[in-house]
Amino acid sequence: MSLDRRDFLKLGVAGIAVGAFPGLAFATSEIIPKKGQRVVIVGGGFGGATAAKYIRMWSNNKIDVVLVERNPQFISCPMSNTVLGGSRTINDLTRSYDTLKKKYGVKLVQGEVTAIDTQKQTVMLAKGHLGYDRLIIAPGVDFMFEQIEGLNAEVTEKSIPHAWKAGAQTVLLRKQLEAMPDGGVCAISIPKAPYRCPPGPYERACQVAFYLKNNKPKSKVLILDANPDITSKKGLFTEAWKDLYPGMIEYRANAMVTKVDVAGKAVSTEFEDVKADVLNIIPPMKAGVVASLAGVVNVDNRWCAVDFISYESKVHKKVHVIGDSVSAALPKSGYMATSQAKICAAAIIELMQGQAPDQAPTIANTCYSMVSDSEAMHVAHIYRFNAEKQAMIAAEGGGVSAQRSEVEGMLAGHWLENVLNDVLM
Amino acid sequence: MKMIKQLVIAIGLMLPMICAHAEVDKRARDLAASCAACHGTNGKSAGGFPVLASLDKGYFVAQMKDFKSGARPATVMHQMSKGFTDEEFELMGGFFAAQKR
Ligand SMILES: Cc1cc2nc3c(=O)[nH]c(=O)nc-3n(C[C@H](O)[C@H](O)[C@H](O)COP(=O)(O)OP(=O)(O)OC[C@H]3O[C@@H](n4cnc5c(N)ncnc54)[C@H](O)[C@@H]3O)c2cc1C
Ligand code: HEC
Repeated sequence: MSLDRRDFLKLGVAGIAVGAFPGLAFATSEIIPKKGQRVVIVGGGFGGATAAKYIRMWSNNKIDVVLVERNPQFISCPMSNTVLGGSRTINDLTRSYDTLKKKYGVKLVQGEVTAIDTQKQTVMLAKGHLGYDRLIIAPGVDFMFEQIEGLNAEVTEKSIPHAWKAGAQTVLLRKQLEAMPDGGVCAISIPKAPYRCPPGPYERACQVAFYLKNNKPKSKVLILDANPDITSKKGLFTEAWKDLYPGMIEYRANAMVTKVDVAGKAVSTEFEDVKADVLNIIPPMKAGVVASLAGVVNVDNRWCAVDFISYESKVHKKVHVIGDSVSAALPKSGYMATSQAKICAAAIIELMQGQAPDQAPTIANTCYSMVSDSEAMHVAHIYRFNAEKQAMIAAEGGGVSAQRSEVEGMLAGHWLENVLNDVLM
Repeated sequence: MKMIKQLVIAIGLMLPMICAHAEVDKRARDLAASCAACHGTNGKSAGGFPVLASLDKGYFVAQMKDFKSGARPATVMHQMSKGFTDEEFELMGGFFAAQKR
């Protein structure tokens, strides 16, 4: 188990106790007694909730599933940029976990996982522990605030929201746009790839511009991109900016934000200082902190390498990792997290019966981006396992929309309903 | 030798038929699952995208081939379909045909 000092500090008392005296793991009570084969899943987002449902469904309810999630409800990041544009509210994106419990018999535990003992196969929460036969870690991303001087979790909650986890920060960012004077500047900064949802920041620029165009037409959106170029759907986005928001969106490449002046509402890149009325810094990302608690972070001190047949960690046996935390040449998307979850679910069911999982997993990904309240475009690929390269490789034929359209705008809305049903219903 | 080989192939071909009723083809199930974000779990779309559950297998396979060749115009299926083989169309077609609406 390799914990860095920061992680240790975040862990708090419970984690240190387990780290220092492993025997203490059992001083707490078992939250739900383990009977028979059990999978514990940490994180009930796109990946974790899908894995929970599909393990129950495909094992004919034979495998016990405990899903641990810190939040009482599911809030979708996909389409959360439209809350900034104004065509949706955060309530439209909020769902309950009830159906997973009632229809599929998933055991839901609300709480924060504070430590994981992969030797004793135990997950720790403040209120007790849970034993597992197999563990799925699906915590999404956490942020590397230390890479931007002046930025920390508290600042993002109070004044400079990243809004890269949908919820209170999305609402705060919308309120800041509402309070912004006409003629003001909203700066959006994008970290170097890989980050969650490659087209997401450019979609966000469209949604912010959509709101401003209709309410504060003299205002501007400034994109500070740490990458050398637009990372996704470049032609389609530049066209949308030119056609729909002429003169409103300014794009700067190679503009990595390194410092923020919270009181002065300014950011610094390598080349310049920029002042803005509304600052939306999207910080660099890494696997959710709980992955490092389990000791499965082994790529660049950020991501988790897995076997793409089963999503089992390359570090620890019986620990699987899915979703944004995985190290792969795959887009970090909600759709991708559900695709990985299903392959992982199928493999775990086979492995628990002593059978070999499918040796040629094939998965899909699509991301629609809303460029206004009505128009969208997509990127779509099929990925197939390549045994020689031990990697998922994009199949031929994938690509982006020929052009943005209202038809795809409609489909994007239906996609949200269908994917949320697939994850939770 | 030749006869044994033929026998093995014959049994191999029959196996899926023997098992068909006992258990779903897991490869087919897993391939079909990758379509669910748009077409719904087991092809039961709640709207916007066509329902694939209980679609006639022949119709399904023909549509996939037409998407792949470009004979049927599409917003996204021309891209999706190119990632699969004809055998995989058959597998998925069988799976969706067996799903109730
Ligand atoms: C603005 C925006 C727009 C996006 N648009 C799209 C889109 O259109 N399409 C698309 O496919 N994707 C989109 N995405 C990406 C998508 O949201 C993520 O890729 C997806 O959520 C990843 O799924 P996951 O399961 O890995 O993580 P998440 O969905 O983030 O789930 C992780 C869960 O784990 C929980 N958790 C973490 N640590 C702990 C712990 N220690 N204890 C208990 N619980 C814990 C968290 O609370 C969370 O619920 C977008 C993202 C953003 C930010
Ligand atoms: C991104 C969303 C999306 C995904 C993912 C997707 N489809 Fe589709 N599908 C559509 C749309 C939209 C149509 C209508 C044609 C079009 O515009 O592409 C469609 C149409 C179809 C049809 C024609 C149905 C009919 O009644 O004529 C079939 C068959 C089909 N899809 C099969 C699949 C299969 C199999 C997969 C998974 C491998 C899949 N689709 C994945 C969006 C999707």
